[in-house]
Amino acid sequence: MRDILLLGLNHKTATVDVRECIAFTADETDRALAMLRDNPTIGESVLFSTCNRIELLMAVDERDAAVTIAKQFIAEFKKVPLSQFENSLYQYVGDEAVRHTLQVAASLDSMVVGEPQILGQMKEAYRKATVENTSGVILNKLLHRTFSVAKKVRTETGIGDHAVSISYAAIELGKKIFGDLEGKRVMLIGAGEMAELAVDHLIRNRAGTITVANRTFSRGVELASRFRGKAIKFEEIIDCIKDVDIVISSTGANEYVLRKNQIKAAMKRRRNRSLFLIDIAVPRDIDPDINRINNAYVYDIDDLKGIVEDNIEDRNREAVKAQRIIDEAVIGFRKWVDTLKVVPTIVSLRGKVESMARQELEKTLMSLNHLSESDKRTIERMTGALVNKILHEPTDYLKKDGCRGNKSVALDLTRKLFKLEENH
Amino acid sequence: MEPVFIIATLVYMLSCACYFGFLFFQKPALQRTAVGLMAAGFALHTVSLVAYGIQAGHFPVNNLHETLSVTGWAIAAVFLAFFLRYKLKVLGIYAAPLITLVMIAAYQMPRPMSQDPQLLKSWWLAAHIITIFLGNAAFALACGLGMLYLLQENAIKKKTRGFFFSRLPSLDLLDTTGYASIVVGFSMITIGLITGVVYAKSIWGRFWSWDPKEVWSAISWLFYAALLHKRLTVGWRGRRAAIMAIIGFGVILFTFFGVNFLLQGHHGTFTAM
Repeated sequence: MRDILLLGLNHKTATVDVRECIAFTADETDRALAMLRDNPTIGESVLFSTCNRIELLMAVDERDAAVTIAKQFIAEFKKVPLSQFENSLYQYVGDEAVRHTLQVAASLDSMVVGEPQILGQMKEAYRKATVENTSGVILNKLLHRTFSVAKKVRTETGIGDHAVSISYAAIELGKKIFGDLEGKRVMLIGAGEMAELAVDHLIRNRAGTITVANRTFSRGVELASRFRGKAIKFEEIIDCIKDVDIVISSTGANEYVLRKNQIKAAMKRRRNRSLFLIDIAVPRDIDPDINRINNAYVYDIDDLKGIVEDNIEDRNREAVKAQRIIDEAVIGFRKWVDTLKVVPTIVSLRGKVESMARQELEKTLMSLNHLSESDKRTIERMTGALVNKILHEPTDYLKKDGCRGNKSVALDLTRKLFKLEENH
Repeated sequence: MEPVFIIATLVYMLSCACYFGFLFFQKPALQRTAVGLMAAGFALHTVSLVAYGIQAGHFPVNNLHETLSVTGWAIAAVFLAFFLRYKLKVLGIYAAPLITLVMIAAYQMPRPMSQDPQLLKSWWLAAHIITIFLGNAAFALACGLGMLYLLQENAIKKKTRGFFFSRLPSLDLLDTTGYASIVVGFSMITIGLITGVVYAKSIWGRFWSWDPKEVWSAISWLFYAALLHKRLTVGWRGRRAAIMAIIGFGVILFTFFGVNFLLQGHHGTFTAM
């Protein structure tokens, strides 16, 4: 009986420089799979490598030998001494390997729990394994099951809900204010990685015109062309506020860029349409008192961080539910693995009965020489049919859940009743 | 038609329960069931009202029981229409309990016979009653939307988020639908007042008699007219519009019931107990 074996390391067990050394590129994965396929100790294999983890999933006959060979293979292939990464490796067998695979796919083991990319990466790794023909009956079944469990986790728990980055949190809030961000006009004051990322997200949500205001006008023009927007002078900000819906501010200014009385006046001119102001700067650019003006909403970097932290906490709570789904799936998979052991039993049972029937048929036919050829065929067919009829019920019994609970009892009994050889 | 009325009330109650389930568990199936039940309750309720009206030979607004029943019916009608138009699922959290409460109140009320059912047999009057009830129902929904708006606005302003933040739709949608229901309500009561005045002329020979009911109806109408005017001219939207929608519904409630109980007027029969 083959065991499922998993060897790997991830962001929790290995530092980034170790992960860098061991990571497999797409090309390397293809070559490695081909080499693993040719290795007789490794029955089946799927190799999965991202920047946060390397996992080698295998189905093997001899576990201990396979562990040693797989470790050596990684060391030789990546030309890194085994001692350098051996301590970072974890290894799981059987149910534990299944559980780990499911957790990785459901993004419970990710650095940001619930991040959605991992499933796609895993599907790609599996695709490579099928192309290289390294995945067999067991891993095929395991990965198909894994993908459907991961999907179930995503739909039935809130593990992927809510933003866990500052710029996504801002988008989420914007949607709660405006409903749809399509066509909403955006003003970017200053520049900065996080602010620009937020603008990128807004553009992806089909936001309207982007207006960029920068103290250095040329820098503003440069940014505006990147966002296909328009640049304005820093002094024009207040005048232009009446025409925008979302303001993102990220300047190095030491005092407020937008003050309460300015926005109060601007709100009148914009006839009280909602205005969402996002302040990413430290020290702050936007007077927090502006939040007290009707229909103006100010969120600063700490507010957004607070949301992100809450959301991460929510995800961790949802992860508990996900764990339950996975536990069920592990049990389900174990049942399937067990039926694999049933199959050899049925095969040897069938073999034994058939060989007995054949012997008796030959004996009988020998003493009935007067029979025509077609009569002989008929008797042969009858014998075959008898074998099938006799074996039908016991086979069904073993295959299905007829023997509730511990299947090995029924299998053991079958072997004893028919004196089947222990040749598997 | 008592049994149908009771069944309709029970179906509204079930719808209400499904809405609460939806509020807590956020399962789309619960919301679909709730709307389905609401529509079923509304259909049954319509049957019961029509049958009752035919049996009695007049519009069923002759005592407080009948009036409340028609009120519940009108809220359900306007709610279902708004649901079809805006797909605003969460509004049922407000409408379903409101309808259920109105129906239960209607059930509790005694049912005295009216003194003069002849008064209730004109087509002018039919138009008056239907538009006024639908208009008031639309204002009731505007009030609910106003309350939901304030809840959501508070969650965003205070940065606390909490229970309602994820469950309520965007401020923009709440504001737009609130505005739409006020526009609908205002159009309805405008028609209602005109038909009422014409009917008064045909019965009492004069359009306007400074009856408290008439005065308060005019006050309600002016209130909403001012509200709409302010929105279009200086942009009364968002928080202020929400608060005004709630206050406006208070004025409507007073005009509808308060005048009958506290002041005297010629609409006395319809809240007879």
